[in-house]
Amino acid sequence: MKFTEEHEWLRPEGDIVVVGITEHATTQLGDIVFVELPEVGTVVTKDEEVVVIESVKAASDITAPIDGEIVEVNTALADNPGLANEDAVGAGWFFKIKPSDPSQLDSLMDEAAYNSLIA
Amino acid sequence: MSDLFHTPLHDLHLALGAKMVPFAGYAMPVQYPMGVMQEHLQTRSKAGLFDVSHMGQVIITGADYQAVATALESLIPIDILGLDQDRQRYGFFTNDVGGILDDLMLANRGDHIFMVVNAGCKADDIAHMKANLNGVSVSEITDRALLALQGPAAEAVLSALNPKAASMRFMDVATLSLAGAECWVSRSGYTGEDGYEISVPAAQAIALAQELLAHPDVAPIGLGARDSLRLEGGLCLYGHDIDAETTPIQASLNWAIQKVRRNGGDRMGGFPGADVILAELKHGAATKRVGLLPEGRAPMREGVPLFAQADDETAIGKITSGGFGPTVEAPIAMGYLPAEHAIEGAKVYGELRGKRLPLTLTSLPFTPANFKR
Repeated sequence: MKFTEEHEWLRPEGDIVVVGITEHATTQLGDIVFVELPEVGTVVTKDEEVVVIESVKAASDITAPIDGEIVEVNTALADNPGLANEDAVGAGWFFKIKPSDPSQLDSLMDEAAYNSLIA
Repeated sequence: MSDLFHTPLHDLHLALGAKMVPFAGYAMPVQYPMGVMQEHLQTRSKAGLFDVSHMGQVIITGADYQAVATALESLIPIDILGLDQDRQRYGFFTNDVGGILDDLMLANRGDHIFMVVNAGCKADDIAHMKANLNGVSVSEITDRALLALQGPAAEAVLSALNPKAASMRFMDVATLSLAGAECWVSRSGYTGEDGYEISVPAAQAIALAQELLAHPDVAPIGLGARDSLRLEGGLCLYGHDIDAETTPIQASLNWAIQKVRRNGGDRMGGFPGADVILAELKHGAATKRVGLLPEGRAPMREGVPLFAQADDETAIGKITSGGFGPTVEAPIAMGYLPAEHAIEGAKVYGELRGKRLPLTLTSLPFTPANFKR
């Protein structure tokens, strides 16, 4: 698994990558009440805003961690945005992206580096 | 946060694991480990304990209650002379154009008035009274904390400490001994729930708070849930839903101005901005504060512009408070609209991240008030 400084996690599954936000991020955000996901088929570039998360407290943007095409989004979050709090690295995933340049993943943090970032 | 004031409960907040934030010059708990959502629901279903010691506690004394009430009626457009002893009333200071300088609670304490004002306004409020009132003395109480115990279990919890708490009605005030402390208690709050606000000597505040928190139905609640609770309760937040630019009539607070201060009343007018406010009471205000239910799940927060039609170029109003209502289980908001658009059931459009999304005008509060009248 790879991580970004924006507190996203990326889990490669074959030639696609599943993306969500870390438990550290969801704890900081508090109770998530709304997640606006991109449309399937959207081509995104790294650092572009792709997801809006609303917690009880505030709205936050999540940017694309890598370039690629959104191939699937977690529609379960529409009815149950709290999944992101309950199971941040599992059922609370946000979208699946097909990377246009898989080597971009190499520049991201591994778990040890991320853990020291949030320590 | 070293330059921030601490309330007398500061150490308790830290011990309870609160996340502290700066608010109106104070380090205040925005939430505890329970989290905003659960704290909100806890207060609606059982009881929550809030530290509101940042708010201004002010005593106004004079020759007698009548003298103090008469003086204050020159700054506040409510019936203060007619307020019975041991009763409290909501009010506000107005300015010369009818705008609201601050909103407040004031209580008839027999020979004086006890007033609770907003933290961010307290210095200005006290200066305003001192500059404009003759023959009365205005003193800020700085050696007492202020706690709020709110929720359907509040009566049972406080009655266990002093059975007299149960006999108080909504907006009654009394001096009660609680956990050995002499407390000034009102049956009121800022959540839309039944409950009490308790002024307690600073030195005994933590002991009282701990005694209340020892009850299984009570949990500590931070400012985050305080905001979502008051929003569901349709209650205004000063500096957001009301300010020096909004009149009480625009803010739909007409109910707070008793007949005796209105057109034709025995003590009609006689407060700053009376010409504006009395004219608006008679003819209506050009804009009104309304309740709004955004469609869908996306919260619309303060500052979102409102449009009459989805494709209109010019906004007709804006949201002044908005967020997610944990009890309503949907986004809720309040805002201002021209009077001709302030029709319950009508639709307006809010612009959120470049999209125009519909909202339905609805009556306030969003959750029914649960007061013991």
